[in-house]
Parts: sequence; C-alpha cells; structure tokens
Amino acid sequence: MRAPPALSASAPRNGSRDSVSGALRRSASSSSTAAAAAEMSASSAFIDEKGGSASEPEYGHDPASGGIFSTDYKRHDDLKEMLDSNKDSLKLEAMKRIVAMIARGKNASDLFPAVVKNVACKNIEVKKLVYVYLVRYAEEQQDLALLSISTFQRGLKDPNQLIRASALRVLSSIRVTIIVPIMMLAIKEAASDMSPYVRKTAAHAIPKLHSLDPEQKDQLIEVIEKLLADKTTLVAGSVVMAFEEVCPDRIDLIHKNYRKLCNLLIDVEEWGQVVIINMLTRYARTQFLNPNINESLLEESSEKAFYASDDEEDEDKKAEAATLAKRKPYVMDPDHRLLLRNTKPLLQSRNAAVVMAVAQLYFHLAPKAEVGIIAKALVRLMRSHSEVQYVVLQNVATMTIKRRGMFEPYLKSFYIRSTDPTQIKILKLEVLTNLANETNISTILREFQTYIKSMDKDFVAASIQAIGRCATNIGEVRDTCLNGLVQLLSNRDELVVAESVVVIKKLLQMQPEQHSDIIKHMAKLIDNIQVPMARASILWLIGEYCEHVPKIAPDVLRNMAKTFTNEEDIVKLQIINLAAKLYLTNSKQTKLLTQYVLNLAKYDQNYDIRDRARFIRQLIVPTDKSGALSKYAKKLFLALKPAPVLQSTFKDRDHFQLGSLSHLLNAKAAGYQELPDWPESVPDPSVRNVEVIRLLERVTTLTSIPDWSKCTSRKDRKEKKTEKPFYSDSEGESGPTESADSESDSGSGSESASASDESGSGSESEESREETESEDEEEDEEKEKKRKKRLDKTKAKKPAEESAESEQSSGTEDRKRGRKAVKNQKSASESESESESSESEDESEEESEEESESDTDIRKKKTPISKQPPKQSKKESKKERQEMSLLDLDDFEPAPASAPVTPVNFLSSSLVSDLEGLSLTNNILAPTTIAPSGSIKMYELLHRITGEGLAVEYCFSRQPFSPDPNMVAVQIQFTNNTNSETKNLHIEEPRLQSGMRIREFTEIDVLAAGESVTVVMGIDFCDSTQAANFQLCTHTRKFFVSIQPPVGELMTPVFLTENDFKKEQGKLMGMNEISEKLMLGEKCVNEHVIVERVTATANLSRVPCGSEKECRFAGKTVSSGCLVLVTVPTKEGGAAQLTVNCEKMLIGTLLVKDIMQALSQ
Amino acid sequence: MPNHPVPVPSSVLAALKNKTIHLSAAKMIHSLFLVNASGDIFLEKHWKSVVSRSVCDYFFEALERATEPENVPPVIPTPHHYLINVLRHRIYFVAVIQSEVPPLFVIEFLHRVVDTFQDYFGVCTEAAIKDNVVVVYELLEEMLDNGFPLATESNILKELIKPPTILRTVVNTITGSTNVGEQLPTGQLSVVPWRRTGVKYTNNEAYFDVIEEIDAIIDKSGSTITAEIQGVIDACVKLTGMPDLTLSFMNPRLLDDVSFHPCVRFKRWEAERILSFIPPDGNFRLLSYHVSSQNLVAIPVYVKHNISFREGSSQGRFELTLGPKQTMGKAVESVLVSSQLPRGVLNANLNPSQGTYTFDPVTKLLSWDVGKINPQKLPSLKGSMSLQAGASKPDENPTINIQFKIQQLAISGLKVNRLDMYGEKYKPFKGIKYMTKAGKFQVRT
Repeated sequence: MRAPPALSASAPRNGSRDSVSGALRRSASSSSTAAAAAEMSASSAFIDEKGGSASEPEYGHDPASGGIFSTDYKRHDDLKEMLDSNKDSLKLEAMKRIVAMIARGKNASDLFPAVVKNVACKNIEVKKLVYVYLVRYAEEQQDLALLSISTFQRGLKDPNQLIRASALRVLSSIRVTIIVPIMMLAIKEAASDMSPYVRKTAAHAIPKLHSLDPEQKDQLIEVIEKLLADKTTLVAGSVVMAFEEVCPDRIDLIHKNYRKLCNLLIDVEEWGQVVIINMLTRYARTQFLNPNINESLLEESSEKAFYASDDEEDEDKKAEAATLAKRKPYVMDPDHRLLLRNTKPLLQSRNAAVVMAVAQLYFHLAPKAEVGIIAKALVRLMRSHSEVQYVVLQNVATMTIKRRGMFEPYLKSFYIRSTDPTQIKILKLEVLTNLANETNISTILREFQTYIKSMDKDFVAASIQAIGRCATNIGEVRDTCLNGLVQLLSNRDELVVAESVVVIKKLLQMQPEQHSDIIKHMAKLIDNIQVPMARASILWLIGEYCEHVPKIAPDVLRNMAKTFTNEEDIVKLQIINLAAKLYLTNSKQTKLLTQYVLNLAKYDQNYDIRDRARFIRQLIVPTDKSGALSKYAKKLFLALKPAPVLQSTFKDRDHFQLGSLSHLLNAKAAGYQELPDWPESVPDPSVRNVEVIRLLERVTTLTSIPDWSKCTSRKDRKEKKTEKPFYSDSEGESGPTESADSESDSGSGSESASASDESGSGSESEESREETESEDEEEDEEKEKKRKKRLDKTKAKKPAEESAESEQSSGTEDRKRGRKAVKNQKSASESESESESSESEDESEEESEEESESDTDIRKKKTPISKQPPKQSKKESKKERQEMSLLDLDDFEPAPASAPVTPVNFLSSSLVSDLEGLSLTNNILAPTTIAPSGSIKMYELLHRITGEGLAVEYCFSRQPFSPDPNMVAVQIQFTNNTNSETKNLHIEEPRLQSGMRIREFTEIDVLAAGESVTVVMGIDFCDSTQAANFQLCTHTRKFFVSIQPPVGELMTPVFLTENDFKKEQGKLMGMNEISEKLMLGEKCVNEHVIVERVTATANLSRVPCGSEKECRFAGKTVSSGCLVLVTVPTKEGGAAQLTVNCEKMLIGTLLVKDIMQALSQ
Repeated sequence: MPNHPVPVPSSVLAALKNKTIHLSAAKMIHSLFLVNASGDIFLEKHWKSVVSRSVCDYFFEALERATEPENVPPVIPTPHHYLINVLRHRIYFVAVIQSEVPPLFVIEFLHRVVDTFQDYFGVCTEAAIKDNVVVVYELLEEMLDNGFPLATESNILKELIKPPTILRTVVNTITGSTNVGEQLPTGQLSVVPWRRTGVKYTNNEAYFDVIEEIDAIIDKSGSTITAEIQGVIDACVKLTGMPDLTLSFMNPRLLDDVSFHPCVRFKRWEAERILSFIPPDGNFRLLSYHVSSQNLVAIPVYVKHNISFREGSSQGRFELTLGPKQTMGKAVESVLVSSQLPRGVLNANLNPSQGTYTFDPVTKLLSWDVGKINPQKLPSLKGSMSLQAGASKPDENPTINIQFKIQQLAISGLKVNRLDMYGEKYKPFKGIKYMTKAGKFQVRT
C-alpha cells in the first residue's frame, strides 16, 4: 500500500504534498486524542480509514493479522476482554495482536486504557510488549500514560539490572513533559548505578530528555560529564553520542577524557567507535596544529617573498618570520599521534562505517605522508553492498581530487563492470577521471572506449563527458580524444552523438583554429541531429568560428531560418546568435536572412526569445536611434571567450567533513557540525593531563564498590590480554621522540609476546596473581613510586655509551641477585610481566628462552631519550601510571607519548652514574643474555676540531623509527665543547640518492657549553648502503656530513619460529641464497659468541633451532621488508658455513662479507 | 514532524496545551519502513515520535525515476527528513532520519538488521517478516534505543529474544510464552561481548570454510584486464565454555588486506600473523581478506566467443565455448553463464552441447546453466539470434558473466596451518574446507 487512498488521490504531485499529508495526519491524531476523552467507536472508525485498512492486502495465514479486526470493530472489545482476563497467555496473545497492528501502521490507540493496566503485569513477556505499546502511544494519551509512571519508578529500584535498565528506557521514551523532573532524577540516579548496562541506558536517555525539554541542558551536561569519566567501554560510545547531541561545543569536557577515549577506542562496540572517532576528529581540529603546516607555510612564504618586493618594511618582516617558522620543524603533539595510532587498527574493522570514520579522520588530521594507508581499506569496501559502494565512492571521489597519488595504485579496482548499477558506474567514472594523469591516461582511455559501447546510455553519455575532461586536463591526449569523439559523431545512437557534440564544442574552444575541418563536419551533421542541446552547440560553434568556415556558415543559417519556428528554445536562441554574428562579419550575404530570423523571433511565443531579438536588433542594425553601443557590437559578439573549465563536481567538497551526510548531499544537513579550522598556535596541551588526586579518589571508590570493581577488573584483564600484543606493535612505532613512558610500555609489550606464547594455563595463573597483587600492593605503593621514578629517569637519561659500558662492567650473577631482591617491590604490571619472564626462564623450553633473550636484547639496546619532560609533569604521569597499575587498568595507561617534549637536561652527570646500578636491574631479565655487548658502535659524524668545538657522533640505535617504520633510526649525539652556547642545531639540504628520504630531528634550540644532547632522526636508505649527505647547521656554521650505514643496520629483527624459518628459507633458494665456507676465529668457541658476533654485525634476531650446532637468525630490511635469513652451522674444528637468504642479492652479498669478517676474527 | 503550518482544531490545541513541541535535532534513525517489490509499506517502526508514512512518497518518486531497482539513490533528501534505504532480498529498508549522521552508519546498520532477520528466520522475505512480526518488532526494539544502536551482536540478541523454531512455536502456542528471554544477556557484562556464556555442546566442533572469489574482467582477446582474489573465512563454531582459539596460516603473507570480526585480537595478528580469538557461538564471518595484487591470479576458465551481427541481415551469430584453464586439477562445477543481449535481439535459437539455456525476450537476458565442465568434451552453445527486421545492427557488445565453483581449492594457495584451542580441556573436532568461486567474473566481447 503506497499511501492512504485519500492521499494518493487528492495530493497534488508536487511540493505541497507534505503539508497536505501533515494536515491529514494532524487531524487524525487530533481526533484520536480527543477521542480518548469522548466516544471511542466513532473515532476509531475514522482512524482505521486513515490507516487505509480498506485498501490493505490481507494476508490470511498470519495469525496475528489485524485485518480481521480492522473491519470488525467489535473485535477490539475482544482484545480488551483478553487484556482484562487473569490469564497471562490471553494477555500475551492480545498484546501480540496489538503489536502486529502497530507494526503495520494501524491505529490501536483506543486500546490504551486496557493496555496500560497491564504495565504492572508480572509476566515479563507481556510487560515487554506493553512497553512497546506505551512508547508508541504515551504521547497521545498523556493523562492515561501517567498512570504507568509509578510502575517504572518502582522498576528503577529493582535489584535486577535488566528491569532497572528497561524501566529507565521506557520511562525516558515517554514523551510527556510533565514527567521531566522524574526523568531527570532517574537519569541522575542511573548514571551512578553499579551496572554499566544501566549507566549506558542512562546515557541513551540523556538526548531523549534533552529533546523533550532543552531547559534541562545544564543539568544534563553535568550527567554527561560524570559519564564521560566512566571507564567501561560499554558506556563510552553512548555517552559520546549524548555529548554530540546535547552539547557538541563543550569541547572542554573532553580534555580530561581524551586519552582514555583514545585508549578505550579499540574495545568500544562498533557504533560507539563511529561516534567517538567523529567527535575526536573535531576535537583534534581545535587542539592540535596542522601536521601539514610546513607545506602550507612554504606556499605562503613564497607568496610573501613576492609581495616583499614592494619594499614595505613590515611585509619584509613577515616574510622573515614565515621563513623562520618554516625552518622550525613541526613536532606533532603526542596526543595527536596517540589518536592516529589508536584509530589505525580500526581500518581493519568489518564495519564499513567504522572504516569510513577512520578514513575521514586520517584525511582530515594525518600528515600528508600517512594518509595513504586509508586507500587500501576504502578500496576493500568497494566489495561491499552497492549502497556502501555508493557512499564510499562519493568520498573517494572527493579524496582523489585532493590526493590523487593515494588511489593511483588501485586504479584497476575502479574499472567498471556491466553489472554495476548506473549510479555506481558514474561514480567510478568520476574517480577514474580524477585519477587520470600523463602516465596512465592511455590505459584509462582504452577502458573508456569499451564503456562507450555499453548498453547503458546514461553511462555512455557520462563516459563521453569523462573523455572530454581527460582531454582538457591532459594536453598530450587532447588530439587523440578529439579524434575519438569525432568518430563517435557517426555513431548510430543519437544520444551518443549529441553528447559528443557538446563535449567537442568545449574542446574546440581551446584551440579552434586547428580544427576547422571538424567544425565543417559538424555543420553537416546538423540536419541529422535532433537533440536540441547538440544542435544548439553546433550552431554556437559555427557562429563563434564563422571565419574558419566562411562558406558553410551562411548556408547553415539559411537552413535554420527555414525551420526556425519548429525549433526548441535553446536552438532558437543560438540561431539568433548565429545570425547576429554572421551579420557582423558577413553582412553582405546574410543581411536579409538575419532580418528574417529576427522578425520570426519578434513574434515568438517565448518572451526570452522576443527580448533577445529586440536587443540584438538594436545592437547590430545601425539606426539613427541606436546608441553608442552599436559601435562596439562586433567587440561584444566576437570577443574571445575563455574556454570552459571542465572540473569535477567533487571539487572542494572536502570542506564538509568526509563521510558525513552533508558531504554526500553537498549541502549542509540539519545539525551538521562544521569541521573547525586548525588553530594558529598550539592550545595548551596540558589540559589533557589527568590530575592525580582525582584519580586516586577514583581508585578508592572503585575498590569500595566490590562487585563492579571486580567486573571492571575482569574486563580490564581481558582488555589487557588483547592489548598486550598491541604494545609490542606500538613498540615498533613508538619512537625515540617519545618519552620515558613509552619504554615501560614497550617493555611490558615485548614480554607479552612471550607470555602469549604460553597457553591458557599461563593466563589463568596470571589472573590469580593479579588479584592478590591488587590487595598486597597498596602498602608498598609509596616505595615503589619513588623507585620507579628513579628507574625511569636513569633509563631515560643514561647516554648510550654509558649504558654500553655498564653492561659490560658488572657481573651477571650479581645483577640477577639484585634483581630478585627488588622484584617484589615493582609495580603490579611490571612485576607481573617480569615474573612472566622469570617463569619462562625457569622453563627450560628453548623457545621461550629465545624469546626473552631477544626481549632483553631490545631492552638493552634501548637508547637514551633526548627529550625529557619537565620533572613535575613527569612525576605526575608516573604516579598516575602507578595508580593505574594497581588496579590493572591498562586501558588507562597514559599515552606513551603523553609527556610534553621539551629538551631539558636536568640531571647532573654524577646523578646519572649514581643511578647506573639501578638501571641495570632492568637489563638482566634473562641471565643467559648473549646480547652483543657494546653492540652499539658510535661513529663519528663531525670531529670536534673540524666542528669548531662541536662534536657529533652517531650510532644506529636499532630502534624502530616511529614516525616512519620504513626508516632506520639514527641516533645523533651532539657535544658542545666550546665555551659558548650553540644554537639552532638542525639539518639542511639533504642530498640523497633517489628514493632515499630523511626525517629530520627536531631543531635543538640551545646547546649550552659543555653539555651534550642526543636526538634521533630517521633515514630511509632504500635498502642500500649509499651514504645520506646533508648539512648540519648551527646558528653560525654549516658542516657537510654524511652517514653511511653498514649493511647490518638496514634491517630489523623478525621473530620466526623454526618452521616458519624453514618455510621462508625454502622460498629463497637459488639466486637468493649465498653460501660461504669459513673458519671460525679463535675466540668463536661456542654458540654464544657466534650469536653475539652476528647480532653485533647485523640487526637480526635469533630463531630457535633444534640443534646446537646451528645458529639461525632472521630479520627483514627496513625499507622494503624483504626477509633476511642467516644460518651458521658449525662443524668440528672451527669450520663453519655461512648461508644468507635474501631476495635482495646485493644486501645478501654485503651481509655475508660482514658476517664472515666478524666471525673469523 | 508536526511542524507544518497547518490549521489545528481547537480540541487538539487543548490537548496539546501543556506540551511543547521541540524541533531540536533528533539524531540517528528515527523510523524504519519496509517496502516490498510492488511498492507497499508492509511494516513500520518508530523509535521516536511517529513519522507519517507519507514521507515515503519521496522514496516512491525516486523509485519511479530509477530505471532499475538498484538505481534508487541510497540517500534521498526531503524537505524535513532524509531517507536512507538499502535493497536486500527485493525489500527496501527505508530509514528516516532528521539530521546529520554518517550515511554509512545507517546503511551498515540496516544491513545488520537484514543479517539478523536472516539469522533468525533463515530467509529475509516479506512473508517471513510478516509471519514473525512480533519477533521482528522485538528485535528492532532491542537493536535501537532512541535511534542509536544498542545490541547488534547476534549472540546477545539470541539471548534476549529466542529465535523461532518449529519446536518452540509449538511450545509457545501451548504454554503461551513468547520468545523474549527472561534474563539480561550475560554478554552485555561479560568479558567477551560477542559470546554468550554457559554454552554447552555434547559434540564440540569447529568448522572453517575458506571461500575465495575471483573478480576478473577479461577482454575480447582473452587477456586479463584486472583480476583479484577476495576471500572470506566463515566459521561455524560449536564449542563448550570459553574456548580461546588460534588459527595460523602456512602463508600469511599472501593476505594483503584483511578485516576482522571484532573477536580477533588485532595486535596479535600484527605481530605474529596469527588469528587469535574467543569465537562467538555459532556462525560468523571470522575474516575477509584480499590477496595481494602482486600475485598473479590464476584464471580457472576461458571463454571462446563469437557474437556477431551482420549489417542489413536480421540474423546474428552466437557461439560460445567454455574450457578449463588453470584449475590445479580440480573440476569446475556449477557453471552458469549469463549475458545481457542487445535490445535489438528479438529471440535466440541456440543449441547447447550440455545443460539448458533460457532467453527472456523481454529483458533480453540469456542464461545458460552449464553444470560441470568436462575437459574432454568442452561445453558449447551455438546458434543464431533473430533481430528486429529492418533495424540496424546493434552497436553494443554484450558482456558475458560467468559463475562457477571449484571445490577443495583456494585459488590463491592460502592454506591453514593449524588450529589450536586453549582454555578448555576437551578435544574439539576441527574441520577446514576450501572453495573457490567466481565473484564478478566478466568477459567482454
């Protein structure tokens, strides 16, 4: 049934329908409201008519069908009787029928009194259906609905959380203003309910109350604030939803919860994720700096420089400032990075809305170089339902205009299939056109050629237009396209021809003089083409370029004059134009014709045409009355017209937030929140720091409510289980630029890798341990805190050299003992993770041993961090972390990158050496350590003599470089040996081999005399040992320096199992395998020395192996991720064989050489 | 919503006098209408105040404008609302929204609704929905609260509302109970939101189907223009308790782009390329993947075709031969060829060497159910087409769409290495099945 019969018959087919139906509906509902007070039967008759039951098809087999009832009103009495009965089964049956009526849009409001009585029914099933009914009709029958309120109020106190939640749900869904205070109270109470499910319901109720009574806003915001602080993933999505609806501009409420939301995000349900990501996109736009600011500054400064030539002083200054700002590299706020990092895994979500949300977040917030990762995920969505494709393609089309390169590799995914719906075809065509450039245009055009032969004519027309756009955008193919289009003019399908004409016209306008033969050809076509737009286009062309076709033009005009009266309006207008132009250029031949046409036009039915004729006659035919304008008639008509710019309809659509409804419609939808512009300067980042005191309070309240803390802790434990591997991953990303926190993170992360290798039994014991810990640990809290702080500082402060030395110095045994002593004092998470690894020590299982070995390797190689947070904030964050770990609230971990980054050196060197011993405890997790002692070799970059007192050394820290995993992290240590400050240390003018890239370190503002500072930069060597050359600049001098990597530093360790290793090795045979025999050096007596030597030479990790006589290592190249596998089987008497398998033969060869050397020494 | 300037009878004014009408932006999904193929609204559900079904007129207008059912724009703006619709099983699910909301959010939700119906009733047809209208209503009530999704995990929903089975229908009619669950689903609070607790089976089994689809466009000369492999792993897991599974592949590097069921631990995958998860109970899609495009895609079938129309003649020739190409020795089965012939074709008189063919003179759709390809005797379809007399030869070239299945083969070479279970003591029965299918497999002529 399409619409009520009365409607479809009477409603006019345009515009006003909505209001008409509105009127009907109004009167219907009005009478129903009135009916409640007055007689019921009469109104129900009316209502049923409105429901359109008469025209409704009946489905007899449906037992719940209301068809019978609607024709026979007495049946409603039956229902009433059933509802009044004592039997639940009868009530249920009645309610089912009523719900079925509601479902089909029939009015059941007259049953309200009978139904509402059953709200207190014990039977939960009846109750539920009554709720359904109430929510639907309460608004219309307010007085009666109030009868049910007390039941809900009782329900809100029920011990069962289900009943509490559903009572709140229904209560808040009843849109009756009178109960607003009751609702407010209920929401407030539910917001601090023990059950997260009830709190979630409270969050849902907030927007309902707000739309009912906006005056409650202030109170509701308080509730939102409270719920935003909630830690459960269940609540997070719903409360952000409420926030978005009630107070989207209160961005200040988010600050304190920002990091928590980021960290919780991955565990929130899908729908909540979408809402949170969208909100955080807006938040980030107001709180962080534009990561692509350098790019835009570059443009700006060049502009400024241009204006500076006007020798205006202040302009000059501005330009200077701009260049200064340009030189100062942009540093991403760690919170900004946190958001990007934590949303990235969600690109793998099965939910298209989540993927799109992350994609738009990256598009709007990520540095240009990182946006590319979203392309693959978006292309994947193209496999989804056609509606999803439609929305995704719209967004891709917008993106391709801004960042074409992103989607270029996926060009073929946008090829069109004949089975695609037309709207999808046209969007794909748009994307293909946007992607076209000089290199791929030939393939694209070949593809377009097949499209032109499609049976779908709308699509063919769009294809022709696409060819036109390619031709205008890419000069090289303009002639090819034009020729192709001209051939289409002989197509049998008139629409194809017409579309081609229109496109050709636009193309010809670009270079008319070369194409007079095409114009001639088209002039001949005018007899055959009937499509008005095409005829008009041809006429315009002839008129515009009549000098190129002097003979044909008058003839065309003559023909057109004959048919003038039968033409369409646009054609008539063009005939007049043609006549006017010919009159001006060739009045001899066309004077009479023109006058004839103008006369015909004078009496035309269309006033536009009459006006035009009158106007043109005045202009071109000189009379005594004609004004000064007629002198310029020729200039007016035959002025050179600029060629039309064929551009995408998706241009500049990105001012709407992508993925939004407004973007899709290209119009602002109701309730759309503008995406704010980036701020000019950084807003205070400390607003996001969470105060410790408040957290402490929270922790105590948590523990004081036994059952929900239990529930959360269980939840968190689970979260942690999933979280752990993430951190081992984040270790890969967490960069040297990040503060001390990231180290402890990565530490626990790498352990979790080994932990996760253990089976379920392991995790069980872990659980029990945690529980006891959370109780025990509180007393030790203070001590730990101090210790931890010191630990972290040393870890962070200690320069690389020192760490290397100290590692060598003290005995392993001592350290082990020392560690055992302090073990109990460690924080919960740490001790847990440590005992994990101690377990794995105890187990003589080779595998786990290997793993922990490699872990310690990593930790040992952990290098000092250059940037120290100011003491205060660091203490805070440390403390905070402490609190967290007590309860295992892993999700609360302050962002690894959360500490502010300001390079301050505040620890004296003596303190560093004092703390050395302590820091070592960290390094001795596995006593069997065979890590390459002193493996971090320092190279000299700038000698202090050539550097005039500035000494620069560098080493390969073997850390993953977080801003770009494809780069090798190079740690650079500056020492100022002069007596004065050195300022503005930075890099300039890198000269690199093609493909190589450099990520500079943050400029060092000041390096005080005698001080040294360490920074980290990233270099993508493209898996080659070519040197990276650049200039190192201070405020006074520039030094040419170069960094050449040993081949072993071009790789990162990969963890493989024995099986995987063999499998991978099997794939890399033949050319990819290099084998050499060698004699081991005198000192290479045992396996450990070999491992040490090899890992010192190359950044590889050991692979477990059954036999003692063989050592295996695996890694992958940093840039391209090719596997590098090394095998060293030893034989009697110091003989050995070295085998390297690597796809990159050059790397393999070089590596063999290096390892040979290392082993034979 | 009732914000049109319409004269309101005084009685209504009296009834409304203590009620303010707010136009504040209400978010997300406001109402849902289900429309069948013949354009009738057969179900409506409102989560906020009632929206008149006349709002659907805008949808019907768009439906009329669209030449094909699937060409209705998914988002239709109207003066006061936006209509977002999806078409599944010849039913349009039309959601009414009032203000800004990510369109994909609504679309994805609507598809989830359809999936849930399918899960509950086996099919999602108009008849099934009408038969189970109360369950449908209960489901919709649970899935959205105030227009915002509440519970969409099928494991949770099944605890709230029991799916109808024949047995339960009988029991329900006798005892007069419905399908509503008595308890709050434990899943809402459990550590694993997608798995219900207290699962018990006597036979513990876990089956995984690796299904790969080949999407390809083959050009006239038989060369591949584009080809890619998309795969999914569908699981049917019936295991007692809280099993923690890991699934590893022999060659995980084949997988280029993956998307997971929320149960999969993403970080474990990132670090070790191992799928580690606590599965939902029952059927679910564990993983969808795309095979990296560097690998050459094996094309299992080839088509030799000769479809031609002679100028001036009212006859056209049609010849089609299928053959196996790279099938790794497996049989190509359930082959179905379909092609949309040009409008000018009046009828086709063809002779298949095997299987049956049909030609619909109205839609001009030719389909040939080939069955299994026998490499010794290649299936062919030959004959003539008759054209409209006097009409010129059609410009268009029909494309040929092919469907096929190859059992026990994942064409990308993906192989599951092993499946391990932790956390439970019993030994489950494990099964892995491979299958390759044609996805959007087109041959241009």
